[in-house]
Amino acid sequence: MCDQTFVAATFGPCENCSTPSPLINIYIKSEPINYCSLCVEMMACQGLQKGESLVSLKRESESLKKKLEEERKKLCDVELNQVAEKIEVLGALSIKTRRVLKGHGNKVLCMDWCKDKRRLVSSSQDGKLIVWDAFTLNKEHGVSLPCTWIMTCAYAPSGCAVACGGLDNKCSVIPLSMDRNENLAAKKKSVAMHTNYVSGCTFTNSDMQLLTSSGDGTCALWDVESGQLLQSFHGHTADVLSLDLAPSETGNTFVSGGCDMKANVWDMRSGQNIQSFESHESDINCVKYYPSGDAFASASDDATCRFYDLRADREVAVYQKDSIVFGASTVDFSLSGRLLFAGYNDYTINVWDVLKGTRASILFGHENRVSRVRVSPDGTALCSASWDNTLRWATDFVTENK
Amino acid sequence: MTINTLLVKEGCPQEQMACFRKMEKVIVAMQDPDMGMKMRNQRLLITVIPHAMTGHDIITWLIQKYCISEEEALHLGNLLVKYGYIYPLKEPRSLVLRRDESPYRFQTPYFWTSTQWPATELDYAIYLAKKNIRKQGELMEYEKERYSLLHKRINHTWDFVVMQAREQLRASKQRRKADRIVLECQEQAYWLINRPAVTCQRALGRNRVKSSNCLEGFLKHSEQYQNHDPIMQGCLPSNPWISDDAAHWTMNADVVPVPTRLRVERWSFSFMELLSDTMGRKEFMTYLEKEFSAENLCFWQACEEIRHGENSRISEKVNEIYKNFLAPGAARWVNIDSKTMYKTLEGIKRPHRFVMDDAQMHIYFLMKKDSYPRYLKSDLYKNMLAKAIVPQETKKSVFPFMRRQRHSSPSPAQAATQATEEDGRVKEAGQIAEIVSAQQRIRAVRKTL
Repeated sequence: MCDQTFVAATFGPCENCSTPSPLINIYIKSEPINYCSLCVEMMACQGLQKGESLVSLKRESESLKKKLEEERKKLCDVELNQVAEKIEVLGALSIKTRRVLKGHGNKVLCMDWCKDKRRLVSSSQDGKLIVWDAFTLNKEHGVSLPCTWIMTCAYAPSGCAVACGGLDNKCSVIPLSMDRNENLAAKKKSVAMHTNYVSGCTFTNSDMQLLTSSGDGTCALWDVESGQLLQSFHGHTADVLSLDLAPSETGNTFVSGGCDMKANVWDMRSGQNIQSFESHESDINCVKYYPSGDAFASASDDATCRFYDLRADREVAVYQKDSIVFGASTVDFSLSGRLLFAGYNDYTINVWDVLKGTRASILFGHENRVSRVRVSPDGTALCSASWDNTLRWATDFVTENK
Repeated sequence: MTINTLLVKEGCPQEQMACFRKMEKVIVAMQDPDMGMKMRNQRLLITVIPHAMTGHDIITWLIQKYCISEEEALHLGNLLVKYGYIYPLKEPRSLVLRRDESPYRFQTPYFWTSTQWPATELDYAIYLAKKNIRKQGELMEYEKERYSLLHKRINHTWDFVVMQAREQLRASKQRRKADRIVLECQEQAYWLINRPAVTCQRALGRNRVKSSNCLEGFLKHSEQYQNHDPIMQGCLPSNPWISDDAAHWTMNADVVPVPTRLRVERWSFSFMELLSDTMGRKEFMTYLEKEFSAENLCFWQACEEIRHGENSRISEKVNEIYKNFLAPGAARWVNIDSKTMYKTLEGIKRPHRFVMDDAQMHIYFLMKKDSYPRYLKSDLYKNMLAKAIVPQETKKSVFPFMRRQRHSSPSPAQAATQATEEDGRVKEAGQIAEIVSAQQRIRAVRKTL
């Protein structure tokens, strides 16, 4: 009584790929053929190949990109280094190492400052997480985790907990306790679960929420207490390597960068991708917001760091030099945003003048690649973590004349 | 667990499938040769459509079979139409079940939503092309839009689309008119329900700001904060990392009797700077209390706690806020415009993390545009600025080789454990006191025996 007779075929094995599925009746040269929808699409594209379709597809996507660039350029009436001509050149910087923290047995992969401006947490390849008071060089807590390659760690805003994650596909939160006898690793609580390694994590404005990025191409927001997934962010087409929270009034956005060479800005409430920037030529290793929240910088394997303006919706500066050949793995701004510290895989840290686009200084000292560079919360010092198993503190010796 | 919404798009999520199976059971029961519905030939204009039924019959059958009321039968029938299992012959765009003589038909299982035939753009394009060819100008407005959008998006397969449309039309012409009309109705009903969402290209339509304005902003920011940047200008009394003297940190601790001048100056850079500094926030609260508008800041703080707090306590906190700030006659009622108030009150019925966002934003900008500038001009702020200390630069020590003792500071984690320890001790003390008094009572009772 239903109308099955009016359509040629309903279910059955596809004549092309043999999977049983609903079939579409197609007519090729008046011959009825029953293919599943996937085969129909493939055939539609192939049938028109004639050596042209892939190329024409590429052309279409290129033309769309060009159109987007044109729209962006319409409002680009001046470049950053032109505007910056009227400010003074930076005085000579004399940045020297003041502390060297030795204590990790293997490559230090990540570090994060505590809000009290002197403590920090660092994680390494041998599965150890250490909380230091960097001022006195005391090790306050040490946690041994079963998983090696702890690729990311973060200090909670209250200073009472740390989060860490890596190849175990999880991000866990460990409450810090002053009791010497307590085994901190036992109190570890798994909060985030991804299907691939966790590359970056950060607490949002409180201890209760955790934002993570992962090699499975997604970022996610978690409730720490219950471990519930609050929001997930899809849009990257490859591993996401880094993320940073925006220091804005409304506190609702963050930026992420990944192996698909794109930096995406997301809205935390809706999970939507608000803006996207694609001008790097290789994986983006690190992203960091400018202190005012209107822009961000990115470091990439193509040996450049780039500065993107969110309101103008475009890249406004590229920090590169012919003598810098190796990729940049990490960036951070000084407190005023005038200086950009970037750590490279050739064991150096280059200090860039953000506004003029020139290099202000270069720091040597590490014996292996620099994995993380972070300026302290009050801007007094710069900490760099490296694969040579150490963390170094450097600060500027301001000369008497200033 | 895979966090991947792509899967959800391609197939129906599990919960929905269960509903579809149930609906299909109903439909199959309706078509049962013995107990099912009576169907007859319906006349549509000049053609006779076989196997159709009236809305009235559907509802009567549902009432009889499931022993439900007319209202429920109408509701169920409507759902069946909305999900495409039954489609109307007259007015195909109005997916409603009418309890009268209007004719309906069963949709073929081929087009059932549960068969998860992905409604791809290609199929939709073929359907629209067919419609366009058959009767020029018969496409509706939204269909015309979709047609041109699809034309742009899948331009590379457009020849295929048109060819298919023509072929399908030609093949259908060979069928009987009644069959043809039925097939068209089926297809149309299917696409009314399943038309694929067309994502527009938002990027091209974004609002952008002129570069000169944005870039000036960076210059201003760097200039403003230059004196506050220790790496560039040094800090007073001395950079702790160089001199090993933690005086800089003690002077700038969260709560100090007298703050430093730089710190107080920073409060005037932006409202966010003021609020993010504990002392600044306290000062601002004192000022607002003088102006009798302190409830605004309290409200904002309470909303922040919801946004960044634990999931489990959200409804409890929302209720607190409603009682204290939003309920009519509340002790600290905040002044929000009626539209936002209405929206917030509606949202409170189903509390979630962002239910207070609009109200919070309103109050934040109110404070920023109104109270904050006045605070900066007030005597309270000016006095604070005058009182603020400018630390002396520590003279370089006579013996530069001698290193100062580096003092450790209490860890923030310790503060938390101390608090719990103290609580524990208080509880213990309370318990001991209870035990002592109980023992005394027992002794007293024993004496009397």
